[in-house]
Amino acid sequence: MDFGPHLLLAVLEGAVGAAVLALTALGLSLVFGVMRVVNVAHGEFFMLGAVIAWFVATSIGGHPTVGFVAALALAPLIAGLVAVLVDRLILKPVKYDPEATIVGTIGVLYILQQTALMTYGPEARPVEPPFSHRIALPWFEWGENGFAMFYPWGLSTNSYKLFVIGAAIVILLAFWLIMTRSKAGLIMRATQLDRETALAFGIPVSRVYSIVFGLGAGLAALAAVLIVPIQQAHYLMGHDPLLLSFIVVIIGGLGSIRGTVLAAVLIGMSDGIISVFLSPTLSKIIATLLVALVLVFRPQGLFGKKPA
Amino acid sequence: MLKLDQISTGYGPIQVLFDFSLEVRAGEVLCLMGRNGAGKSTAMKAIMGLLPLSGGQISLDGMPISTLPAHEVPRQGIGYIPQGRRLFTEMTVAENIQIGLMTRGKGAETRERVLDMFPRLRERLDQRAETLSGGEQQMLATARALCLEPRVLLLDEPTEGLQPSMIQLIRETVEKMREAGVAIILVEQRIEAVLQIADRVAFIENGYGREVVNTEQLRGDRRLFEKYVGV
Repeated sequence: MDFGPHLLLAVLEGAVGAAVLALTALGLSLVFGVMRVVNVAHGEFFMLGAVIAWFVATSIGGHPTVGFVAALALAPLIAGLVAVLVDRLILKPVKYDPEATIVGTIGVLYILQQTALMTYGPEARPVEPPFSHRIALPWFEWGENGFAMFYPWGLSTNSYKLFVIGAAIVILLAFWLIMTRSKAGLIMRATQLDRETALAFGIPVSRVYSIVFGLGAGLAALAAVLIVPIQQAHYLMGHDPLLLSFIVVIIGGLGSIRGTVLAAVLIGMSDGIISVFLSPTLSKIIATLLVALVLVFRPQGLFGKKPA
Repeated sequence: MLKLDQISTGYGPIQVLFDFSLEVRAGEVLCLMGRNGAGKSTAMKAIMGLLPLSGGQISLDGMPISTLPAHEVPRQGIGYIPQGRRLFTEMTVAENIQIGLMTRGKGAETRERVLDMFPRLRERLDQRAETLSGGEQQMLATARALCLEPRVLLLDEPTEGLQPSMIQLIRETVEKMREAGVAIILVEQRIEAVLQIADRVAFIENGYGREVVNTEQLRGDRRLFEKYVGV
């Protein structure tokens, strides 16, 4: 295959990764932005979403769409409820102290991971996609006979992958609308900007924290349900999303929703493209180098605000 | 109306207020005066439930409010204009006002009434709070607190750093609130402003409540100002 069509394929692969990463990192960024909690267990809520998706899909049976839709509704809900419990039982008692919450969420990471190992097992298991059709992609070239369109051999994608990209865009838009246009978004932003003043105006900050922690975990689980028909569910699958989410959140600017989405697109796309042309390991090395550069030259991230 | 009965509070292990008592009645302006660090802002925060009490009690119309969670305090009708305004700076004027309206108040009716008091804010509803001038920011902080339809209003140095026309506007607003029967606690350092607006003045020193006197008493004898405020 020529370079052009090959690049198009790489971009599509990157877009799928970027879409899932944007959702996952958004959850991490939201939790840090509002609660100032570095949730080291965030990747495990991603894993939990994938494992629950497998349980739901295999328990329901029938057409894969039924199981997938049920997983799409149940996995974020269950992961969110587990996160609310974590907030109430661990984060709140330590008064959201930054160091204590890091240690606490490391503990949660191992509890969730080992619980998954004991109940789900060490195997990687697939979830059937609700639909999957091969879509041949056209390519355009300017030849001797002018502009020509043709379908190169091997240049194709999968309808489910396009669905993942579309679904992520819809979820991100819905999230943006909630944050900017709804009362719930106003309350979350007020809590993020000034916790004490929010309290002085009747905002139940403790309840907001629980909801935000649940929402962050729910977003990670939702991303996992979308990707699990492409990757497989495994009890150790939370590591990569956690690392990449941290990279994205640092590059985008801690707590900045806009920065998180843009950095996710940047990292996800470059990860996809470099993985296709060179190697996945190299893409991780480059992303980590990028973080180092950002930390040296713009520690607040691309869209973060300098501390006063 | 609002009563602080021998309260003790502070920041973690550092105690700032010691057995501090105070009472403000409906339709009264009580000024709280003292040197920097005397505990004036701490008293305001304690009333709002933002600091835990290690002793004493705060009650509103006889009902203890110091045992309520902090977010329930404004719902009882206590509005707070903190020192330095503490606006949600990245939000618009309209959103800051909306925050005030969410807890109490009568929605659109309250919003219109408050915006009528500060017409300049009406022209800037879509502007981010951080882009307003100092005076406009103070107007917004006041408007946001008035959106609660407060029965008690706490103002912590509202005229700090403002030009005379803005100070006049704040003063007029306080007088309107007093006429409406709102109990007001005002932290203020400018003696002339205190003499113009206050009904009573409470002096606080090193976290201890010292004297509460009628303003009339202070007009002819300013020794208490010298003693407790240093001017």
